[in-house]
Amino acid sequence: MREKWSALMEKDGAKAVAASLISILIGLLVGCAIVAVSGLTNAALGPSSVWDGIRLVLGGILSTGRDAAGNLTFGFNPANVGNMLFRATPLILTGLSVAVAFKTGLFNIGAPGQYLMGTAATLTVALSIPTTSVPAPAVWLLAFLSGILAGALWGAIPGLLKALLNINEVLACIMTNWIAANLVTWIFDGSIWRNMEENGKTGYVYKTARNGVETAKWGLDAVFPGSQVNWGIIIAVVLAVAVYVFIAKTTIGYELVSCGSNRHAARYAGINDKRNIVLSMAIAGGLAGAAASLYYLSGNTEFYWSTYQALPAVGFNGIPVALLAASNPIAIIFTGCFMSMLNIAGQQLTNLTGYNEYITDVIIAAIVYLSAFSLVIKMLIGGRRKRKAPAADSGPVPAAGTEKGGGDA
Amino acid sequence: MTFLIRQTLIYAVPLMIVALAGVFAERSGIINLALEGIMIFGAFIGVLFVNIVQEAGGFAGAKADGDWVALQGFALLAMLVAAAAGAVFSLLLSFASVNLKADQTIGGTALNLMAPALVLFFIRIIVNQNVLDMAMGDAPPWFMLRKTTLGFSRTDDLGFLGETFINQVYPATYVCILLFIVLSVILYKTRFGLRLRSCGENPQAADSLGINVYRMRYAGTTISGALAGMGGFVYALTTANCSANGDVAGFGFLALAVMIFGNWKPLNIAGAALLFGLFKCVAASYTSIDINGDGVCLLGEIGISVHLYRMMPYVITLVVLAFTSKKSRAPKAEGIPYDKGQR
Repeated sequence: MREKWSALMEKDGAKAVAASLISILIGLLVGCAIVAVSGLTNAALGPSSVWDGIRLVLGGILSTGRDAAGNLTFGFNPANVGNMLFRATPLILTGLSVAVAFKTGLFNIGAPGQYLMGTAATLTVALSIPTTSVPAPAVWLLAFLSGILAGALWGAIPGLLKALLNINEVLACIMTNWIAANLVTWIFDGSIWRNMEENGKTGYVYKTARNGVETAKWGLDAVFPGSQVNWGIIIAVVLAVAVYVFIAKTTIGYELVSCGSNRHAARYAGINDKRNIVLSMAIAGGLAGAAASLYYLSGNTEFYWSTYQALPAVGFNGIPVALLAASNPIAIIFTGCFMSMLNIAGQQLTNLTGYNEYITDVIIAAIVYLSAFSLVIKMLIGGRRKRKAPAADSGPVPAAGTEKGGGDA
Repeated sequence: MTFLIRQTLIYAVPLMIVALAGVFAERSGIINLALEGIMIFGAFIGVLFVNIVQEAGGFAGAKADGDWVALQGFALLAMLVAAAAGAVFSLLLSFASVNLKADQTIGGTALNLMAPALVLFFIRIIVNQNVLDMAMGDAPPWFMLRKTTLGFSRTDDLGFLGETFINQVYPATYVCILLFIVLSVILYKTRFGLRLRSCGENPQAADSLGINVYRMRYAGTTISGALAGMGGFVYALTTANCSANGDVAGFGFLALAVMIFGNWKPLNIAGAALLFGLFKCVAASYTSIDINGDGVCLLGEIGISVHLYRMMPYVITLVVLAFTSKKSRAPKAEGIPYDKGQR
């Protein structure tokens, strides 16, 4: 058993999984520690709330509220699971967006901007084509495609700047993010799409349901009653598989990856590196745009249009999703779900205790921080094995423990 | 005009000092993408400090007596506290990038995600809302210098210079400008500065001459964190009415743009910061800017959308980058973890 385990841990993939699980575990521990410290030092919260808080951080997805005696109850909660899948939809897609860029050696921190442009295109199309003359599914498809297109075009800008002028894509992405935030505010400011019917909703755009454009639920609402889940999650999973096939099985995908491994060697081998950089950023942008489309086409989500001072968090959260999955498109489906699970746990924490949902962002940030040196963690796992292997010591035990811990979470 | 200069300075100074923070980190070889996060953290700790001391009645006496020197000393103290908080927070970045040779871009992104989350988590627990204000009153009456605080009467005319630079200003602004000058001199005219810069250009050569590259990079990033933390608090004090809400409206990223625009050189950065500050100021109050004093607010009458003004700094940065990318000279070794064994 021990030999088998050792052989398994020699593989890169297994090391990546172990490194991610360690990151997740440490991230959760940081979250619990902060809950404990703030609970014990703040009189209003008190020690009794700490245990509640920690249980919700770790298992919020299973929370079913409080019973009559005021104790937390846990069990299968279909609404929570459904909402988790619903929120995982954009996260999986922005995660894919970041991952595709990573594969080509680019850091796509521009996903928030691409997401915003996708949002604007989707909403304008979905709200302006009257469903009285065009069938609603056709409008839905048009809106979805225009969201992808807008994201792709926006993503291509830093790609072009990088390929043609050698401008660092991180800086170009940050600038395009803020330009997008202002541009989107400009598009909706004074437009006919602002919600003027409901009082107190002046900052929002109409829901697409107003025009009868909604993503189909087709039975998912029966499986997860009381949740927002729709077929968007299936589309996201299909796209993840498609990206996997594209990267691993097609010539263009291979070219993208070889540009990422060594741009100069790729050029020497006759690969057009400039075209591939632009293409990679455009695909990344398209995926981020798709994330926005699927989120806002659900019909019951609202877009706060005056967004010029803030970028959407879901764009940034694509970074941890991709990092945790080591840029593997299939793994992103699971890490995306994990991130949205944390999100749900945060929501439960806000509703049921004196703590609030920002603790999940702290956990996510801690995970990103650890991912920054995941290489070191991977090396530690490898190095430990080499040192311990001759002595036949209990090397695998701690790693096995972490895997279990990660699974519980 | 007076209004324009005063407002521009208020926006430009945090940008300037935070851009210099970026310079210190990058000149030592560490990309500090976390400027935004450190600003947010520094602003929070500074405001919390003001809040706590005010709550404890720490300077109610000085306020009642009109003792503006004590109040300004207190503002200075809060700046120092914010700087210390920023320095401590930036240790996370230097530890990851110097000791663990981590990817600095991702490490910086992590801090950018961490700061608002952490800050909002604690603000919500402390005050049960998303904004932490001063315990009482607004920042301007407490920390702003006016004619009356200096003993002039409200109707005295101090002339153009006096009206612009003494009336209704925050002394914190001038402290930052002074600090900017001192630190720029340190970066260029002292042994420490030369060593720091050499670590960002060719760390191997620096090491061979007996300079401890790791320590220099720690120093650069820590100074950077302190300046960014202080800049965050100055931003909160002067433009956000001394409140912290886990957000500095992208000022950290804008400072990064200023740094690149200024080609990593302090003098150019000061100019770039003024230009960007002007844009920020125009975007914030273009309808009430009366440049030549004839009572016509020209920019308001042209009818260009405010969104265009808000977008301008970012667009200009991209355009300038496009034109100068060939000439733009970033420190050569920035972003590359230093490995002693490497040649």
